[in-house]
Amino acid sequence: MQKGFKISKVIFYLVLIGYAIICLGPFLWSFITSFKPTSEINNFNIDFKTLSAKNYIFLWKEFPFARWVFNSIYVALIVTLGNILFNSMAGYALARINFPGKKALFLAILGMMMVPGQVVMVPTFILLSKLGWVNTYKGLTIPFLTSLFGIFLMRQFFTTIPKAIEESAMIDGLSRFGIFFRIVLPLARPALSTQFILMFTGNWNSFLWPSLLAQSEEMYTLPVGLNSFYGQYYQFWDQVLAGVMILSIPSILIFLIFQKNFIKGIATTGLKE
Amino acid sequence: MSLEVKTNVAPSKPKVMTMKRLKRKEKIEGWLFVLPFVISALVFFIGPLLVAFMLSFKEYSYLDMVSMFEAPWVGLSNYINAFKDSTFLRALLNTTLYSLGVVPIQLFIALVLALIVDSDIKGKTFFRVAYYIPTVTSTVAVSVMFLFIFKSDGVLNKILSFFNLPPYNWFGDTRLALPTIMMMAIWSSVGLYMVIFLAGLQDIPSSLYEAARIDGANKLQEVLYITIPLLKPTIFFNLVVSLIGTFQVFDQAFVVSNGTGGPLDSTMTVVLYLYKTGFRDFQMGYASAIAFILFAIIFILTLIQRKFFGEETEF
Repeated sequence: MQKGFKISKVIFYLVLIGYAIICLGPFLWSFITSFKPTSEINNFNIDFKTLSAKNYIFLWKEFPFARWVFNSIYVALIVTLGNILFNSMAGYALARINFPGKKALFLAILGMMMVPGQVVMVPTFILLSKLGWVNTYKGLTIPFLTSLFGIFLMRQFFTTIPKAIEESAMIDGLSRFGIFFRIVLPLARPALSTQFILMFTGNWNSFLWPSLLAQSEEMYTLPVGLNSFYGQYYQFWDQVLAGVMILSIPSILIFLIFQKNFIKGIATTGLKE
Repeated sequence: MSLEVKTNVAPSKPKVMTMKRLKRKEKIEGWLFVLPFVISALVFFIGPLLVAFMLSFKEYSYLDMVSMFEAPWVGLSNYINAFKDSTFLRALLNTTLYSLGVVPIQLFIALVLALIVDSDIKGKTFFRVAYYIPTVTSTVAVSVMFLFIFKSDGVLNKILSFFNLPPYNWFGDTRLALPTIMMMAIWSSVGLYMVIFLAGLQDIPSSLYEAARIDGANKLQEVLYITIPLLKPTIFFNLVVSLIGTFQVFDQAFVVSNGTGGPLDSTMTVVLYLYKTGFRDFQMGYASAIAFILFAIIFILTLIQRKFFGEETEF
């Protein structure tokens, strides 16, 4: 009995470590290769003397990677902040305020969540080009400032916080907006950080829309830029993989910073239901 | 609610007036709070959705001299043509195969990992984070990384040669390209479903396990007779999210095939074909019809979900 238990433990650890290697292996191998010179990429031994950051410097200086990083940060930040504010406001109203049409609006949101985003791609693109927003920051940000899923997430969260806190604040004479910004939002920190991870990484990694909307090189976001760079320089794997690292490391860092709240946030916002 | 109770306690006239005013204020405030969303949804979702529906019955190109409202109506012919279009049918087949392959495998791996990570082991946080990292990584970065690892003289074929296996041309072979993209998709999304399973596992009361242990159940029996049945809602949720997600596959196929769906349409997916007809060939009416066919498929999948869930637990 005792022995069988131990063998199962060993198998558990083998599975866990094996899958961790599968998950992290490609990153590590790509990370190391990004420091190699081009002549060494097919060499499976690592010659530490030849490793250098020259690929990163090269991408930064000779290619518009710095510009793409800027575009990605700028667009992702605006979209994330917009989503955090607007989704929380809408989610709060749907959870707490009694206004006519509230139920219909919530049902409409649930209905719209079923529609795949690609359905509206063609008309939205025509609309944005009529507005002159294609290839501008406006086009890359304004259509994406709210999210159905984000609103749903926030509504679920706000229904779980006790009403009494808001009511006593209201009796103390705080306005609805005051209650929202000073009392409700600070209480919503776990849900907000979950939302921050989902929205920031989602937008940072977003490829389909930016590839339609960013048409000239100086408007590319990182995924679009990396795809075009790969298309032209696919033989220079050391440089391409340096680009992969520039694209993937920031979202991994954001996740590592917020991860503690993230799993808690998923567990408390009812995402699982 | 409790404010109304207060008015009953002290029903003095001025106070009732304030309550009425508060009620009216609440109506306005409610709409003010949802206003940014409502405007955004009308302009960038509802409006385009109606236009897309109209376009799906028209022949219209973005490059046409006439506006889309003047473009000729063609009835159902866009829809009918789609089902006669061998590339679209290939895309539909590829997407279905992709979905049928990816969904069960990724959910199985995610469930096994969630069960192990949730049990009494060391380094839980490390493993959870490690498994989630592929999920936060851009699909473009993942695709390029896999192109590197899976290239014919790449590290994977090198590893295979240690086991005396022949090298494969993973992304260049018409029979292997789609399965390779499927492996990539499984690798990059197992973490997401594992986290949702973990959240579901937290809701199973530990008293059930204790009772089972007193009755002499072993670990495997606990998993089969307690965990799996009680995890059913989470399993179905993941099943549907994953089905819907896989039917929208685009990024990986686009990067791997350089936007062509090649070699020989072996990686052509529905959304990639939609992109190609709409934005490369500018057949926007036809592209809209394809979009609504995709919508219909996803809608049916969602209805199946409702059947399993029942109305009240749907969301």
